[in-house]
Amino acid sequence: MTTTTAESAGDTTAVTHAARVAHVSKSFPVPGAPGGQQLVLDDITLDVAPGEFVTLLGASGCGKSTLLNLVAGLDAPSAGTIGTAGRPALMFQEHALFPWLTAGRNIELALRLRGVPKAERRGEAERLLELVRLKDAHGKRVHELSGGMRQRVALARALAQDSRLLLMDEPFAALDAITRDVLHDELTRIWQETGVSVLFVTHNVREAVKLAQRVVLLSSRPGRIARTWTVGIPQPRRIEDSAVAELSAEITEELRGEIRRHGRD
Amino acid sequence: MAGTESTTTPPKADVPDLAGLEAGLDALDTVPAGRRTPLRETLARKVLPPVSAVALVLVVWQVLVWARVAPEYKLPSPSAVWDELSTAWLEGTLLDYVWTSVSRGLLGFLLALVIGTPLGLLVARVRFVRAAIGPILSGLQSLPSVAWVPPAVIWLGLNDRMMYAVILLGAVPSIANGLVSGIDQIPPLFLRAGRTLGATGLRESWHIVLPGALPGYLAGLKQGWAFSWRSLMAAEIIASSPDLGVGLGQLLENGRNNSSMAQVFLAILLILIVGIAIDLLIFSPLERRVLRGRGLLVSR
Repeated sequence: MTTTTAESAGDTTAVTHAARVAHVSKSFPVPGAPGGQQLVLDDITLDVAPGEFVTLLGASGCGKSTLLNLVAGLDAPSAGTIGTAGRPALMFQEHALFPWLTAGRNIELALRLRGVPKAERRGEAERLLELVRLKDAHGKRVHELSGGMRQRVALARALAQDSRLLLMDEPFAALDAITRDVLHDELTRIWQETGVSVLFVTHNVREAVKLAQRVVLLSSRPGRIARTWTVGIPQPRRIEDSAVAELSAEITEELRGEIRRHGRD
Repeated sequence: MAGTESTTTPPKADVPDLAGLEAGLDALDTVPAGRRTPLRETLARKVLPPVSAVALVLVVWQVLVWARVAPEYKLPSPSAVWDELSTAWLEGTLLDYVWTSVSRGLLGFLLALVIGTPLGLLVARVRFVRAAIGPILSGLQSLPSVAWVPPAVIWLGLNDRMMYAVILLGAVPSIANGLVSGIDQIPPLFLRAGRTLGATGLRESWHIVLPGALPGYLAGLKQGWAFSWRSLMAAEIIASSPDLGVGLGQLLENGRNNSSMAQVFLAILLILIVGIAIDLLIFSPLERRVLRGRGLLVSR
């Protein structure tokens, strides 16, 4: 297995791609596995265009979170290269807001670490909170906010990084259905307003179809790109739209086929 | 939100009223802010129980004295201890006793803080240092600091430096260990989140690690103070010398030498009261503030 370093800001891919994943494989040392290594991702090639919304869909064990960590630069690929336009912002399933800071201060910390001068931080944080429709939440402690509000603050904090690529790791999986549906619409609106590129990981087929311009289905163990769909349904979409339902049914069938393969061997 | 009237304007079909929907969800999901407990309730819940417990102890004590379960030189009456207290107060020596010990204890504790904090950070963050001295540091916590008094007296002599040395040996391991366990208990998610935001190296220590470890650190400080105070009392009782000034430990030892059990009781009570007071006035409010700010304190 050759190791190749991940490129980052300043390379030529930045102009035409928000992220460029080329022939990336990743294996982890596992005692007992053949060769002592388990292959989690196998030869993944995936580009995200500037302003594009891509969802990565797959069952458990497809390595979708691993891929996201690689793109985020939190881990290095075993083979292949990853190029991103600057350091990507990352949003987790858990809000990951710091409980010792208020909602506003969480955002201001992101701004500070990005190098925004002190005088501008407060105003910028207010603007971002207003973008996620939480303009009164600046002084609120994290535990005083509901689950949906926390995820919106987390989104505002991710946007505070002013990155051209936003990585989202099942950010709405822990929310109730009503809140999740509302946040889908919010995310779509914010994506359209900011023009940020989004790489969104989920195991929820309808969520993938509702949000994305492109749905990428990963097979499991090892994760390979099984199939890609371009979603032409115009936004705003509703989760109950028949076009969304139809495409979801088709993708679900494919996903189930992928899962069944594992039961046979 | 007990609205029973129906809205007359039909919702627009194409443009969903997202903002309104979201405001509704936020209002429904938000936990109402806790009200401040009225003073009377605080008195009834927090002050009455300990006061009754103390009163009960005094009553039992007095009954035992009346029943003459032990001679006066072994069990003084509460009034004898009270007389001892008021005599010391009228002579103006009471506050001197207390201040001699408290100033030593607090200064020693501050020194322990200055040494223990960087030490803890180093042990928690540098793998080699942790492997080298981590186990010794936790082991030292279980060593009673009285054990340090004889060597400290031999090395440093009967003076204040020896007192501070004993305090440091008792408190530094607690403070350092508290910080180490505080750092170990930071959820890894916070560290990942910090790193994606660009916090690395010293900036990570300052913005993520130290504030994240604060609850554990405070618990360590609290224990560190208890150990400081205990070590100091042990040192004062064992190593009494006229040059050292009379602290609470010496007061106790003097009482024993003068066969004044009332004075011994007074010294024990004062040592206890100072320990409780420092905890109630400094550490508990600090800890409550930090925990409440993070939503970790459930008020009962």
